[in-house]
Amino acid sequence: MFRKLTLSAAIVLGLASGAQAAGGGESHVEDFAFSFEGPFGSYDQMQLQRGLKIYTEVCAACHGMEFVRFGTLADEGGPHLPEDQVYAYAGNFEVWDPTLAGGDGDYRPATPADKFPGSSMSNAPDLSLMAKARAGFHGPYGLGINQIVKGMGGPEYIASLLHGYHEAPECAPEDFPGYYNTVFETGGFPNECKDEHGNHLYPGSWIAMPQPLLGEDVDFDDEHSNELEHEIEDISAFLMWAAEPKLNARKTAGLTGVIFLIVLSVLLYATNKRIWAPHKNKKH
Amino acid sequence: MSGIPHDHYEPKTRGEKWLHNRIGIIGLLYDTLMIPTPKNLNWMWIWGIVLAFTLGLQIITGVVLVMHYTPHVDMAFASIEHIMRDVNGGHMIRYFHMNGASLFFIAVYAHIFRGLYYGSYKAPREVTWIIGMLMYLVMMGTAFMGYVLPWGQMSFHGTAVITGLFGAIPFIGEAIQTWLLGATAVGQPALNRFFSLHYLLPFILAGLTIVHIWAFHSTGNNNPTGVEVRRTSKEEAERDTLPFWPYFVIKDLFALAVILVVFVAIVGFMPNYLGHPDNYIQANPLATPAHIVPEWYFLPFYAILRAFTADVWAVQFVSFITFGIVDAKFFGVLAMFGAIAVMALAPWLDTSSVRSGRYRPMFKWWFALLVVDFFVLMWVGAQSTVFPYDWISLIAATYWFAYFLVILPLLGVIEKPLAQPATIEEDFNAHYGTPAE
Repeated sequence: MFRKLTLSAAIVLGLASGAQAAGGGESHVEDFAFSFEGPFGSYDQMQLQRGLKIYTEVCAACHGMEFVRFGTLADEGGPHLPEDQVYAYAGNFEVWDPTLAGGDGDYRPATPADKFPGSSMSNAPDLSLMAKARAGFHGPYGLGINQIVKGMGGPEYIASLLHGYHEAPECAPEDFPGYYNTVFETGGFPNECKDEHGNHLYPGSWIAMPQPLLGEDVDFDDEHSNELEHEIEDISAFLMWAAEPKLNARKTAGLTGVIFLIVLSVLLYATNKRIWAPHKNKKH
Repeated sequence: MSGIPHDHYEPKTRGEKWLHNRIGIIGLLYDTLMIPTPKNLNWMWIWGIVLAFTLGLQIITGVVLVMHYTPHVDMAFASIEHIMRDVNGGHMIRYFHMNGASLFFIAVYAHIFRGLYYGSYKAPREVTWIIGMLMYLVMMGTAFMGYVLPWGQMSFHGTAVITGLFGAIPFIGEAIQTWLLGATAVGQPALNRFFSLHYLLPFILAGLTIVHIWAFHSTGNNNPTGVEVRRTSKEEAERDTLPFWPYFVIKDLFALAVILVVFVAIVGFMPNYLGHPDNYIQANPLATPAHIVPEWYFLPFYAILRAFTADVWAVQFVSFITFGIVDAKFFGVLAMFGAIAVMALAPWLDTSSVRSGRYRPMFKWWFALLVVDFFVLMWVGAQSTVFPYDWISLIAATYWFAYFLVILPLLGVIEKPLAQPATIEEDFNAHYGTPAE
């Protein structure tokens, strides 16, 4: 018991920074330099448009974005597509309208007021908020220092996941369901690849989604590189926009507020000093 | 209203006299704003204003959010996204409200620990302290129910865990849990009633705020020396005090502005940092998150809840003498509420005749350890319950109780306090010199 007490005390004293790693095969999320990081960062409009193209031609085959309205594609601070393009884009999708056909309902082409369809596959999660829902890849443990210092978040997780497809380790049976990914944590894991205590010998787990991007999957109108690493950055940035469309406006508001309050603080400091001066006679 | 002698409001114009003969409202406001306040108050006396401001902020942003929110299990999550995407300025209002809860708790913990260090809970301010503790409970209830409303994964499964605590009460627990939820499980009835209560409780909090202020305006403020304001004559009282307006209003507003710089920076640049990412996934009763973690401000008491497991001898002993009625789960629930109860009982547990920790050489160290203990509990509350975290939380939780139940009563007997200044004026002049006449 004394040993346990000493150990516990040692950990309280801050020697336990490695304690998180004790869980074994910790997967590695890379840091990416996205344009929207930091207090002054904002979305790169062209990157979001490229990301939209990747989403449309690849992701949308299985995934949906049921909270994102087509019209927001025209928003400033977002992909900022021209109105006519948004109309044309929305028109490619069909939505169920219960008011048509005399109340029986029917499908009609979508308009900018409609939202993206939901996922077409039941095990493909909706991507509207994925970049925010996966911002905690450091888990509930740890203080998320990387989030402050490096601006790491959900987009980093998504990009790392898309980079995380690797040859399955030798130990895994051929027919084990899914695809080995070094970043994905919550999938299946074959018993053959665990040690006698049940610890995973390899990072990550098996994910149901086959590698979606292989490089040169789409051709961009601006002739931007469609190599794998660029495609991954573009789709990750686009999904961040989908989750947080008002990021640019929010940061502008934050900056305005901070500047205003600093000025107000200085004025109040001076006022405070002045009204108290007759009652304070600082000793020198 | 105040026991400290000071000038009262005298209506001068005809209009003022007319109103004053019918309702003494200006006099009430005058006495409240001009209350004589110890002039040596330090920067730990600013949290009251921060709390009052935050309550206002939460009520105003909350009322606007309700205009766009739908309390329905199928629509709540989507209505939050509607606020974030379609409502003009909705994303800022929601982020202010979300992070406002954190500001509220930072301020309330600073406020409480201020009171604990300077002995603000001691006679004759027990009523102020008890009302403050009630306000803290109401705040926690409000924050908890507010967190349910977005109907994300943490909302749902957190509610299941917390209402499950009441299920641990012997014999009647399950009935209470069902009564709280309006059903046997978390669902539409729970969402509806939590929404209703989340709207109601802040107004009760506002009412309690008035009583809280009334109580300490009756006794006068405590101050860093813990020495009372002289009140035999107005002249003497005026040497110890300055009116609240403008001296303390401006000082407090300055502090509030500085705190808001940090607050607005967090809202503007990293609004989701203090939240749990899982709450951006719509509630799914069938998929339980791997780690259910409460918001940071509940972590210290959550740690105490989990600290007393079935292999702790004290738990086994209590279980034995109560014929198993108090099992480990119920013991944990009692410990969690007990941790707040012992804090509320501090006025009667502290036997020292000296108010301020400044003049208590031994108390100082035990108090510092309590502050460290609080942060350790907060940290360990977010960890899993495996070794060594189980031991850390047990030690930290035990210290929390030991501080209030053993150390505070004992220190009053064995400690030799330092000499206190005779008056507040003496303390103030020791810092700032005698004012030029």
